[in-house]
Amino acid sequence: MKYIDEYRDGGLAQALARTIAAEADPARTYHLMEFCGGHTHAISRYGLEDILPANVRMVHGPGCPVCVLPVGRIDAAIYLARQPGVILCTYGDMLRVPGSKRLSLLKAKAEGCDIRMVYSTMDALKLAQDNPDRQVVFFAIGFETTTPPTAVALKQAQALNLKNFFVFCNHVLTPSAIAQILDSPEVRVLGTVKLDGFIGPAHVSTIIGSAPYEYFAEEYQRPVVIAGFEPLDVLQAVLMLVRQVNQGRFEVENEFARAVTRDGNSKAKALVAEVFELRKSFEWRGLGRVPYSGLRIKAEFARFDAERHWDVPQDSPPDNKACECGAILRGVKKPTDCKLFGTVCTPENPMGSCMVSAEGACAAHWTYGRFRDIKAAPDSKVDP
Amino acid sequence: MTLPRRTHPRPLDIANGRIDLTHGGGGRAMQQLVEELFVAAFDNDALNQRNDQAAFDVPPEMLRGGRMVMTTDGYVISPLFFPGGDIGSLAVHGTVNDVAMAGARPLSLSAGFIIEEGFPLSDLKRIVDSMANASREAGVPVVTGDTKVVEKGKGDGIFITTTGIGVVPPGVNVSGDRARAGDAVLVSGTMGDHGVAVMSQRESLGFDTAILSDSAALHTLVADMVAATPDIHVLRDPTRGGLASTLNEIAVQSGVGIALRESDIPVRPEVKGACELLGLDPLYVANEGKLICICAPEHADTLLAVMRAHPLGRDAALVGTCVEDSHAFVTMRTAMGGNRVVDWLAGEQLPRIC
Ligand code: SF4
Repeated sequence: MKYIDEYRDGGLAQALARTIAAEADPARTYHLMEFCGGHTHAISRYGLEDILPANVRMVHGPGCPVCVLPVGRIDAAIYLARQPGVILCTYGDMLRVPGSKRLSLLKAKAEGCDIRMVYSTMDALKLAQDNPDRQVVFFAIGFETTTPPTAVALKQAQALNLKNFFVFCNHVLTPSAIAQILDSPEVRVLGTVKLDGFIGPAHVSTIIGSAPYEYFAEEYQRPVVIAGFEPLDVLQAVLMLVRQVNQGRFEVENEFARAVTRDGNSKAKALVAEVFELRKSFEWRGLGRVPYSGLRIKAEFARFDAERHWDVPQDSPPDNKACECGAILRGVKKPTDCKLFGTVCTPENPMGSCMVSAEGACAAHWTYGRFRDIKAAPDSKVDP
Repeated sequence: MTLPRRTHPRPLDIANGRIDLTHGGGGRAMQQLVEELFVAAFDNDALNQRNDQAAFDVPPEMLRGGRMVMTTDGYVISPLFFPGGDIGSLAVHGTVNDVAMAGARPLSLSAGFIIEEGFPLSDLKRIVDSMANASREAGVPVVTGDTKVVEKGKGDGIFITTTGIGVVPPGVNVSGDRARAGDAVLVSGTMGDHGVAVMSQRESLGFDTAILSDSAALHTLVADMVAATPDIHVLRDPTRGGLASTLNEIAVQSGVGIALRESDIPVRPEVKGACELLGLDPLYVANEGKLICICAPEHADTLLAVMRAHPLGRDAALVGTCVEDSHAFVTMRTAMGGNRVVDWLAGEQLPRIC
């Protein structure tokens, strides 16, 4: 517990904020994107924007695994849940993400599909062992952090020779998504989105290391600072980015050295490489099809692959027209730019994925920050 | 006066027996269960009369302009036993507290049991004994009750509903709509203990803690507070949804904003650590032995002193103030120095714990 409080010391935070204000050049604005939903959540949860100087602005990135999954993949999961004999299991947040035709896994569950919430891949594996006459599909999502546990589950299923365990694989890769954002016309050509630097992922980097960011720091000439999820980590990373920008550097620096090395966790990487291979491209909400950004199950484990076992639809239906999640995930818009924010769309009744997970930009702003834009708050909370 | 116990050929086999449908059927088996388990444990005059209702005298406060209060609550927790309590003690404490939060003196309770076929008699006895104990300690008897048995698969072990009545002393008017801008917001102790203690017992979460539930009857604490300051504006126990949800309820009911200071909110380090592991915010975790008190600023010091002098209020703290705000936002100055909304709990964040 001491360990946590060390990174949440209010006095230290104020001191860091003062240093940032002193070093930030008042003649310019710093646009810093935090890639990860974990950072987005920390920034909102601790109100860090309030203590940063006005010319240091945080831009929320697409690093929320629930948010980036496109409608088509939710529809596919619902399709799987509707197959006779199937138990679909997944992490809690996925249940509420809207698919097309106003459906969600939660509604499919209410219609009678057997959909269960699990806390880990091991729960899913156990479910398969306990229900030999059913087919258990694990709806696997997430970035590099959640991929190794799925790999372990697949290897175990093989060792146990399970005939009724399947994985619907939606694992995605961080570096290709960052490159896609930097390649987008808004950043490259139009200059409508200014990005002066990145706060790099915490947990993801413990697996992949800091080396994968070196390529685009160099290629796109943007500094990257890998940071932990504690509020002081975030502030320290902001200071390091401000310094790099001031000095015209664009290097990969590691604020999170207590957990991240240059090469990452080679054991976990080897495990993932044994079970998964790159897809040619994978669709992301907001980013479209991104080349080599997703993983699929290798042929050797094909019999556990839900996409091979069932004829899973590969359509890509559009998002709700009014929902701005796509633009928000690219850093082009803010939650308050969406007409539905706080009126039709709230965490109780999400219209887009960014309002579902606590790491989503819309949910974080609604839950923690909406007092700043009173206008957007509905009057429902006023004395009835 | 105690009537002689009716005799049954063989006593209940508490150690190995299980509830079956006959225990709810109204016949001899049910009568034996009631006699040997419930009446034996609760043992009070009203219950010993063996009527379908309890009769009692009008409490003396009523003759001086006091008011009666009544409340009811269902307990459907899982697991049934947790560090620091069980569903039985919780069913007493929770309802006693709901009565007390009106500033009232609790008088008596009723208890309804819905038990699933196959439930072990040994567990039932443990629960009933714990309930009887809690009621005796609180000085609030269970004066009437009911038992039903449902088929296997139609319940989750045991559900308990308790109803409580009490009397509010004359001149006391505690209500959720009485918070005013400028009022002080006090809590009686550390937040989140109960929820974390219960969750630590859920096997799928696989961690062990030394955290005990704070489950306790708060009426004596409330009596001390009301005696010192009859004009308390709001009392409420932050159970399901924790401090955050309860303050949001009060803010809306009273039409005020509430501004908290994170560094003043007492949370045990172990609870903080466990919440970190589970990805929870202690402000949203349930309490079963804590209260929130909102009062005029000039009464805050007196009430804090009274609370801290009582064993159940030792860690009492001033955590915020009510402010003018037509949006009824609950906000918090974070330990980092920033501000944030402390929102209602969205959806069901937690398993059933109260
Ligand atoms: S507020 Fe709702 S509808 Fe609008 S962008 Fe966010 S998630 Fe989509």
